[in-house]
Amino acid sequence: MSNLRSLTFDAIIIGGGGSGLRAALELAKSGKKTAVLSKVFPTRSHTVSAQGGITCAIASDDPNDDWRWHMYDTVKGGDYIADQDAAEYMCSEGPKAVFELEHMGLPFSRLDNGRIYQRPFGGQSKNFGEGGQAARTCAAADRTGHALLHTLYQNNLKNDTVFLNEWYAVDLVKNASGDVVGCIAMCIETGEVVHVKSKATVLATGGAGRIYASTTNALINTGDGIGMALRAGFPMQDMEMWQFHPTGIYGAGTLVTEGCRGEGGYLINKDGERFMERYAPNAKDLAGRDVVARSMVMEILEGRGCGEKGDHVFLKLDHLGEEVLGKRLPGIVELSKTFAHVDPAKDPIPVVPTCHYMMGGIPTNIHGQAITQDESGNDHIVNGLFACGEAACVSVHGANRLGGNSLLDLVVFGRAAGMFIEGALNAGIEYLDASESDIESAMKRITRWNESEGGESIPELKAELQDIMQTSFGVFREEKNMLEGVDKLAQLRGRIANAHLPDKSNAFNTARVEALELDNLMEVAEATAIAALERKESRGAHSRYDYPDRDDVNWLKHSLFFPATKELKKRDVNFKPKTVDTFEPKVRTY
Amino acid sequence: MSNLQVSVYRYNPETDSAPYMQEFQVDTKGRDVMVLDVLHIMKEQDSGLAFRRSCREGVCGSDGMNMNGKNGLACITPLSDVVKNNKLVLRPLPGLPVIRDMVVDMGLFYKQYERIQPYLQNDTPPPAIERLQSPEERDKLDGLYECILCACCSTACPSFWWNPEKFVGPAGLLQSYRFLADSRDTATSERLSNLEDPFSVFRCRGIMNCVAVCPKGLNPTRAIGKIREMLLADAT
Repeated sequence: MSNLRSLTFDAIIIGGGGSGLRAALELAKSGKKTAVLSKVFPTRSHTVSAQGGITCAIASDDPNDDWRWHMYDTVKGGDYIADQDAAEYMCSEGPKAVFELEHMGLPFSRLDNGRIYQRPFGGQSKNFGEGGQAARTCAAADRTGHALLHTLYQNNLKNDTVFLNEWYAVDLVKNASGDVVGCIAMCIETGEVVHVKSKATVLATGGAGRIYASTTNALINTGDGIGMALRAGFPMQDMEMWQFHPTGIYGAGTLVTEGCRGEGGYLINKDGERFMERYAPNAKDLAGRDVVARSMVMEILEGRGCGEKGDHVFLKLDHLGEEVLGKRLPGIVELSKTFAHVDPAKDPIPVVPTCHYMMGGIPTNIHGQAITQDESGNDHIVNGLFACGEAACVSVHGANRLGGNSLLDLVVFGRAAGMFIEGALNAGIEYLDASESDIESAMKRITRWNESEGGESIPELKAELQDIMQTSFGVFREEKNMLEGVDKLAQLRGRIANAHLPDKSNAFNTARVEALELDNLMEVAEATAIAALERKESRGAHSRYDYPDRDDVNWLKHSLFFPATKELKKRDVNFKPKTVDTFEPKVRTY
Repeated sequence: MSNLQVSVYRYNPETDSAPYMQEFQVDTKGRDVMVLDVLHIMKEQDSGLAFRRSCREGVCGSDGMNMNGKNGLACITPLSDVVKNNKLVLRPLPGLPVIRDMVVDMGLFYKQYERIQPYLQNDTPPPAIERLQSPEERDKLDGLYECILCACCSTACPSFWWNPEKFVGPAGLLQSYRFLADSRDTATSERLSNLEDPFSVFRCRGIMNCVAVCPKGLNPTRAIGKIREMLLADAT
């Protein structure tokens, strides 16, 4: 028998951000033996950094608003590879999930009539793109993620959810039939490694923006769930689709919400020109994020960038006045003073497109069940494995996520996964126990690090990985550059496999956590690189100089990266919503 | 300030019989970086140095620490704000047990937070849409809900140092008032009766260290004053 201590739960949720906490809340209320395992105290999760809001047709700003309009915007924003059944589910269930958050206490900003305040965000329209700009993003000033995450944590406290805080999930444990039956996890405080047994394992581990040198993401966003799933042999979907947010603060990378443009701010080049009028004559600064980010890069490449090096543009907010800034964007005022040394009430903020969001991830259905594909291209459910939030690819975001849709994704699909798991547990599920060798194989890499005696340093390898991704897989991509990137990553993989963890101590060993995170960054980077190289078209956030057009004949598909063979296959996009007509692909203009 | 002298608190329970201060020379290349950047540079020199960090933009509350004698968040504190005579002394938040180096055991702090029942309580069935709240009612939550639980305030509070088991502390009380002030919360009297004893609220001596250190510019002392007023009004 394994000498590891084991902990047994009905469901284990890995990740304490918005989607994990929402799933946990559902399960805690059901009385199932559930635990949230999070490498940081839950309110330190990256959801806390979301600013602008949660997009949802609650019909507060416009009483005639319709979730179908939101669904249309989402599908169009995703450049038509969002799954329409999933977008339909998210947009139609959304209001219920948002009202629940309000009932839990989320301190939304308010309209004069007492309803939730909504602001305009990019890519939003009324009447299926025909009725002008909508204001559909529900906001708590510019701290919506903070308010949402704290509210969910608080309600989990209220419902006595079990928390394993500052525990790190190392790898999934699979049984002989290939079902996921738990994970290996480490208590960071003591260094103890345990075997967590569970009938349902939910990967709610968030994004992996730290594969890039410049990102709005928290330092903890290292794609841990993606790495775990890939090492367990499961495929990843649409990993080439990375969103570059138009307004990361130049130099620091910290996010400045799209809500700034929603409230009336706009981008200018070195001549003071509002250049988005040329690229997106109708939506201007509120076009899709991919469109705005590309336009900014074009301005910079054509010599109209700002600053000494001409390598950024400006976000102008001073015309909004101190009152609007103080009321609606107080966090932005703080952040730009701290990180750009600029008071936005007086001067524009230097900004540049910055890696922000992973549209791809673990393919799932709308219940959060992970999906894999057999040799003949048929979908199969992976028993015992679930994913939700940024780690999952349902896919509601397709090739480009709309602002405010990530928070909605978290709560709608966290909730959906929780409800489904509750039902499955009630119906009774039993899987084979993991054998000794199943556990051994999940212990392999932590053992490898613990036994490392020499080799290259972790921070240096990480910096190299981030440079490769930044150089070869940025806003604009092309084959030659990507081939070089893929080659360099292949070499880097070998070097990481021989890298050195100098500190083998047990108590709160953050160096060990960073070593384990580096393995995950490597997995995410490789999946991204190969998917980006193989998708020979431009769609949404994936823009290629060598294939500048969208190719619906060959690529109106999800990509599916298989780790064992490092092959990229295709998977059908769902075009069959249940209650509305299919939104057929159209030329995407704003 | 190119070669900054940094003195940092070290303690590894597995190898050290007592804590000690370790000296580092950090080359900041003349830039006014954040204290967190300095910690990252030091960690490259000694990977064993342990500290918490996450968002690196002052919203997650992971990296509260004591920098040249004052609590704050390392990620939003530029060297120019704290460094004197080219010297920076970094210690863990005071008053809480140290797990390792800059990492403290936050258990007591969280326990006091949980004690105030930090969640909205409303015994009426929720409507089909949101509960309504006027902008004026919502304004009352500003300056309260923004707390990030970094513990800079409570660990700067002498009353919390003396009675961490009994005095809720500024962070917990700020959140307590956040729910007392919420027009949607109906548990006011239970909340107040939970705080009536001589320690929970009344150990606050108005020292205002909490206000001086809060990295979000919040004012727990004012919130505590409001709770006192409510308790007194409730008692008469």
